[in-house]
Amino acid sequence: MEYIKAFVVGGLICAAVQILMDQTKLMPGRIMVILVCLGSLLGALGIYEPFVEWAGAGASVPLIGFGNSLFKGVKEAVDKDGFIGLFKGGFTASAVGVSAALLFGYFASLLFKPKMKD
Amino acid sequence: MEKEKQVKEVLSAKNKTERDQKYNEYVKQVTPKHSCLKNTCNAFWTGGIICTIGQGLTYLYMSFGLDKENAVLYQIISLVFLSVLFTGLNLYPRIAKVAGAGSVVPITGFANSVAAPAIEYQKEGQVFGIGCKIFTIAGPVILYGIVSSWILGLIYYVLGLLGIV
Repeated sequence: MEYIKAFVVGGLICAAVQILMDQTKLMPGRIMVILVCLGSLLGALGIYEPFVEWAGAGASVPLIGFGNSLFKGVKEAVDKDGFIGLFKGGFTASAVGVSAALLFGYFASLLFKPKMKD
Repeated sequence: MEKEKQVKEVLSAKNKTERDQKYNEYVKQVTPKHSCLKNTCNAFWTGGIICTIGQGLTYLYMSFGLDKENAVLYQIISLVFLSVLFTGLNLYPRIAKVAGAGSVVPITGFANSVAAPAIEYQKEGQVFGIGCKIFTIAGPVILYGIVSSWILGLIYYVLGLLGIV
């Protein structure tokens, strides 16, 4: 059941973004920025976290989930440390995803040679 | 032949508006037509599969005795690793060709956008090649993620001070 939820919810989010991409011809980079900002907005409105609880990876794997966890990190840090938390929370929450992408991306640039585009 | 004729028509158009109109018609005709429905279906099942794999990985790590929060973090690391590996092996662009948004929206799309330029621009050196280009897409994503969550966090903080939240 959890797998079906993850599949359907994740799939629907991707399908909706595909329609947006087809209609607007936005480049993937812009799409990613929009998704992350949308995620932190939905997180701030308190909508996305219950959704993640319900849909699991279907809601957390898309980049909207990344934006949501950014705001969640800021909120938790503000609750804990007050004002300085605003400057702490974002990077704390995104640390694992960003570090993993940078580290593996860097190692990949040492290991793999550029390929011709086909 | 048809195209050349159209190009000539565009070039020979008398005034600017007429030329623009003819040019737009020409562009519309030569732009490959995508089936919107097919793209959407492809994005649905590919994106769905990536999320399902994520769910499976989370359960796998939880079965190793990790709590849910840490299991999700390991799941993210695993998906990022797989995505970078597929990028290095030049498989991710092939998936992306079919998947469209299905390969952009999940965290794997972010990992791909980090690894791809790093590999592509390695010849330009460690600092200005890999170092700069690795942030081509990641930079904006991180910047606007931090900015938006900071602003919203500030609102949350102020509302907290006022006793509203």
